[in-house]
Amino acid sequence: MQVSVKNVRKEFDRFPALHDVSLDIVSGELIALLGPSGSGKTTLLRLIAGLEYPTSGAIYFGDEDASHKSVQERNVGFVFQHYALFRHMTILENVSFGLKVRPRETRPAAAEIRRKALELLDLVQLSGLEKRYPNQLSGGQRQRVALARALAIEPRVLLLDEPFGALDAQVRRELRKWLREIHDRTGHTTVFVTHDQEEALELSDRLCVMSQGRIEQVGTPDDVYDRPASPFVFGFIGESSELPATVENGEFWVDGRAIGVAATDQAPGKGKLYFRPHDVDLVEADAALAGVVAGHRRVGGTRRVELSVGGDHRKVELDLPFDHPAGEKTRLAFRPRRWRFFPEAV
Amino acid sequence: MQWLLIAISLAFMGLFLVMPLYAVFHEALRQGVGVFFQSLQSRDAQSAIRLTLLVAAIAVPLNVVFGICAAWAIAKYEFKGKAFLITLIDLPFSVSPVISGLVYVLLFGSGSLLGPWLRANGVEILFAVPGIVLATIFVTFPFVARELIPLMQDQGTGDEEAAISLGANGWQTFFRVTLPNIKWGLLYGVLLCNARAMGEFGAVAVVSGKIRGQTTTMPLQVEMLYNEYNGTAAFALASLLALLALVTLVLKSILEWRFGDELAASGRH
Ligand SMILES: Nc1ncnc2c1ncn2[C@@H]1O[C@H](COP(=O)(O)OP(=O)(O)OP(=O)(O)O)[C@@H](O)[C@H]1O
Ligand SMILES: [Mg+2]
Repeated sequence: MQVSVKNVRKEFDRFPALHDVSLDIVSGELIALLGPSGSGKTTLLRLIAGLEYPTSGAIYFGDEDASHKSVQERNVGFVFQHYALFRHMTILENVSFGLKVRPRETRPAAAEIRRKALELLDLVQLSGLEKRYPNQLSGGQRQRVALARALAIEPRVLLLDEPFGALDAQVRRELRKWLREIHDRTGHTTVFVTHDQEEALELSDRLCVMSQGRIEQVGTPDDVYDRPASPFVFGFIGESSELPATVENGEFWVDGRAIGVAATDQAPGKGKLYFRPHDVDLVEADAALAGVVAGHRRVGGTRRVELSVGGDHRKVELDLPFDHPAGEKTRLAFRPRRWRFFPEAV
Repeated sequence: MQWLLIAISLAFMGLFLVMPLYAVFHEALRQGVGVFFQSLQSRDAQSAIRLTLLVAAIAVPLNVVFGICAAWAIAKYEFKGKAFLITLIDLPFSVSPVISGLVYVLLFGSGSLLGPWLRANGVEILFAVPGIVLATIFVTFPFVARELIPLMQDQGTGDEEAAISLGANGWQTFFRVTLPNIKWGLLYGVLLCNARAMGEFGAVAVVSGKIRGQTTTMPLQVEMLYNEYNGTAAFALASLLALLALVTLVLKSILEWRFGDELAASGRH
């Protein structure tokens, strides 16, 4: 099901949680809403579900305007961050709830409901636990029950609010892979909220980066990582360093020195230069950025060196292989190999 | 030190709680079991018991409904005047029951605005069963609501939202999700509400008019019998109330022990 969010604004007691947000969700895709706390991710998800109504703007399911439809009418599967399993029902009863509450005309027979629920429990790899109660399951298992319960109603869209937020790193990674498999198998249009960029980059077909109630960028993980559309996205996705720089004579200048990097396609003027720790080359030349080593630490298989650059000691991070001889130096010169320049707003 | 404190509290409880309880049963049975049952079977005693049961049977279910509504509104919605509503719910606890009764006299009495109109239309409220029921409802209103508000606030709206997102309508959500979540707390509230409804004296005394055999509830009947130096009959009836109190206490302890984590009272008080 294609879902379109059109110029949606949402205010809580005059406080705008979303400003003029538009987003097209393609049928069958797995899209992540990513952003810092308070950026409006949950609000957007709840608006799509119908748990909240927009102050202005519209939400379309396919060609149909769903803005004023109730949650029940929208037929969405919602997975809550804290599972919201019904504690007095067994796992099987939880999963069959959505089918049992259907009006008589559309409700399957009891045996059929049971068969379907068991099948879903099998899909989420919880066969054999159907008689347990939610408090007898681990966090990861509860989350899978919540997903099975949402899938049972054959939702038009599946919405997940920080589905793995309350789980430890190991379980998160497993469930992540598993969610991707389920998505590929069932083909549901899926929107999930996360503030874990690694999760968003790894799991989603596209991701939508949000900040302060606005969408900053929508694109594939490669797009967003390699071609961030704004300073915010550059800073938020992946590691990055920034330096104030000036474009002059087709070159970048930092602290009054040319750094030997051609400013391809950039208009002259002031702005900020962004680059990632692993996108730099160490050089021996004079025309380069240089800094004093302020410390280093291990990050995965590489050594991350922290440099202090320029008179005002701006912090810049570089990645070096562990055995790199430069790791022992106290002063390093480097040039960003890949970068982005965002001119100052005039 | 520990033992001293325990001994003091036991002695205190013995003096002020157990002794009177013992006295009630002792007085009731002083002239033998035969007289005890006889006095319970008198016409007035029977009518007092019936009236008390009737009043409780009306007041308790109504307060269950009101209490759930109020608790629901307070716990699950944001609105202006919420703090005021919470204060209002506590009002019956903070005013003397006699005042509560007097309010009804002022409202429905012959000197009030409504009084003459009611009389003209043949509606009897004061000195009749409706007045007693109203006063009892007022006095016992907080029990259910007070028990449920913290419980429902704790549980939040997550379960309800999950239910409606799965397609359940309002009633299905209430009966299949909300009610099971609060059932033990509700039972606890009902128990206390019932004990108070049956035992209320002050407010009921003001509005009842004490017409023997018609508007006397058990506590009123006890007082009347006692004032007439009919000790045995008074204590026989009183022993029923005491028994109710004991049963309530036992059930309450069982609930607290068995479902403590599902009651708001145990965690908070
Ligand atoms: N029911 C509400 N009443 C008032 N303000 C709200 C309500 N829900 C959200 N907000 C506000 O709207 C903004 C966006 O909230 P939202 O929950 O969508 O953020 P989020 O991106 O999901 O954050 P998090 O990652 O912390 O969950 C926040 O500033 C929040 O305080
Ligand atoms: Mg959120």
